[in-house]
Amino acid sequence: MDKISAAQQKFLRDRNFHRKKILLLRFLLLVCLLAVWEIASRTGFINSFIFSSPSRIILTAWQMMADGSLWLHLGVTLGETLVSFLAVTLFGLMTAVFLWLFPSVSEVLEPYLVMLNSLPKSALAPLLIVWLGNNVRTVIVAAVSVAVFGSIITLHTGFREIDSDKVKLIYSLGGTKKDVMFKVIVPGSVPMIISNMKVNVGLCLVGVIIGEFLSAKAGLGYLIIYSSQTFRMDWMLMSIVILCLLSTVLYQGIRVLEKKFG
Amino acid sequence: MDAMLSLSHVSFSYHTLGGETLALYDISFSVGFGEFAAIVGPSGCGKSTLLSLICGLIRPESGQIIMAGARKNQTDDGSPGIGYMLQRDHLFEWRTVYDNVLLGLEIQKKLTPEKRRRVEEMLDTYGLSAFAGMKPSALSGGMKQRAALIRTLALDPELLLLDEPFSALDYQTRLEVADDIGMIIRREGKTAILVTHDLSEAISMADRVIVLSRRPGQVKSIIPISFPAEYDTPLKKRNAEQFSHYFNLIWKELKQYG
Repeated sequence: MDKISAAQQKFLRDRNFHRKKILLLRFLLLVCLLAVWEIASRTGFINSFIFSSPSRIILTAWQMMADGSLWLHLGVTLGETLVSFLAVTLFGLMTAVFLWLFPSVSEVLEPYLVMLNSLPKSALAPLLIVWLGNNVRTVIVAAVSVAVFGSIITLHTGFREIDSDKVKLIYSLGGTKKDVMFKVIVPGSVPMIISNMKVNVGLCLVGVIIGEFLSAKAGLGYLIIYSSQTFRMDWMLMSIVILCLLSTVLYQGIRVLEKKFG
Repeated sequence: MDAMLSLSHVSFSYHTLGGETLALYDISFSVGFGEFAAIVGPSGCGKSTLLSLICGLIRPESGQIIMAGARKNQTDDGSPGIGYMLQRDHLFEWRTVYDNVLLGLEIQKKLTPEKRRRVEEMLDTYGLSAFAGMKPSALSGGMKQRAALIRTLALDPELLLLDEPFSALDYQTRLEVADDIGMIIRREGKTAILVTHDLSEAISMADRVIVLSRRPGQVKSIIPISFPAEYDTPLKKRNAEQFSHYFNLIWKELKQYG
């Protein structure tokens, strides 16, 4: 296939043009928003003390990078998110496997799981502070609590939806329930496990920020609360921008994993 | 006749909250060593249930299934004397073709170099060795069924159960694969039971056709099939003059009791 027909060439050219157009428009949208924001705050159309401005946010970020405090807060939030994400992934997977292996246990636990999953986890945060203290542990437990119940339910449901004939195949080859679990259910669920990880990493970040709002001495959540109390809106908006970037990076990280195994 | 498998007065019903459904009633027949039996019947007559019962995946509510000489599924040494081929190939996409055909040996923890060599020989004989390292999606429908058959034969079962193994294939592939697989089974000297709703397939492959009635499935008649020696493959048998005779005979049986 070394010769490409004229029609195919035109198709490829059009696709390429379309892709570039979208990219350019995305970029332009960002530039426009930032420009409007900057101009509005410079001309006094909006109060720059309350609404800050792109240039002030960049300046603040620059200063905090220079004195190292930004890296501290970012590092703490990232660390807490990764630890809780790892905990949710492992605990969620292990529990889902356990529930699949013992259907009676899962039947007994089902209403409790559903209730815990729909409970607003932010309501637990004050309780966790009393129980666990004003520290990193509380933040991590809060983050895990946000993601873990949904993860268990999703994984367990996914396990049960595996083609029953594949299960029958394992039994017909003389396999046991353990063989079914580790030769069919788990390997067959890899795409579902990864898509669940995508959800979890976002939820863990939510949980970490809730935790940091209430009990932390460092982290982006802490920075947001601290800056609202001291009315430093440049800090607050910068933290939010950094959070946007962080969540995108984490999500893309899982996408890389997906491309490799999915 | 020296029976390898015999069923006597086997019945089975399914239970749901809505009630009890009698799927099979008073089934009795036997299959001799090296024989190829086909079971035909209208859909929903419990053909697949019958295979699950023979395989030992479920137990009959009454009656007996006895397998002579061979070991029943999951006995003391854990080896299934029975190989079960399902409707679709069910090759696992996360394994290579080679790892797929080794699945049974892996589960039985019998991955000896000797067994591996035998599997590699079969892959070679049946034209799959070039694809051993690929994912199943790279294979055609017919090749997938052959790989599934090798996966079943790797455990060296004495009795093969085939549950409409060609129904997922297009018509042309289906004829070829039926030819292929029929020959493989005869060459390996296996006893086989084929379940199908395709009368031509049953007549062209089997030594005997067992006709089941509509639910609850009962044995309505057992028809021995024989062709002159020159018609030695399923495809050739379809051209023999006896073929249409058998076809009409079984068709009448089915209509009469259907």
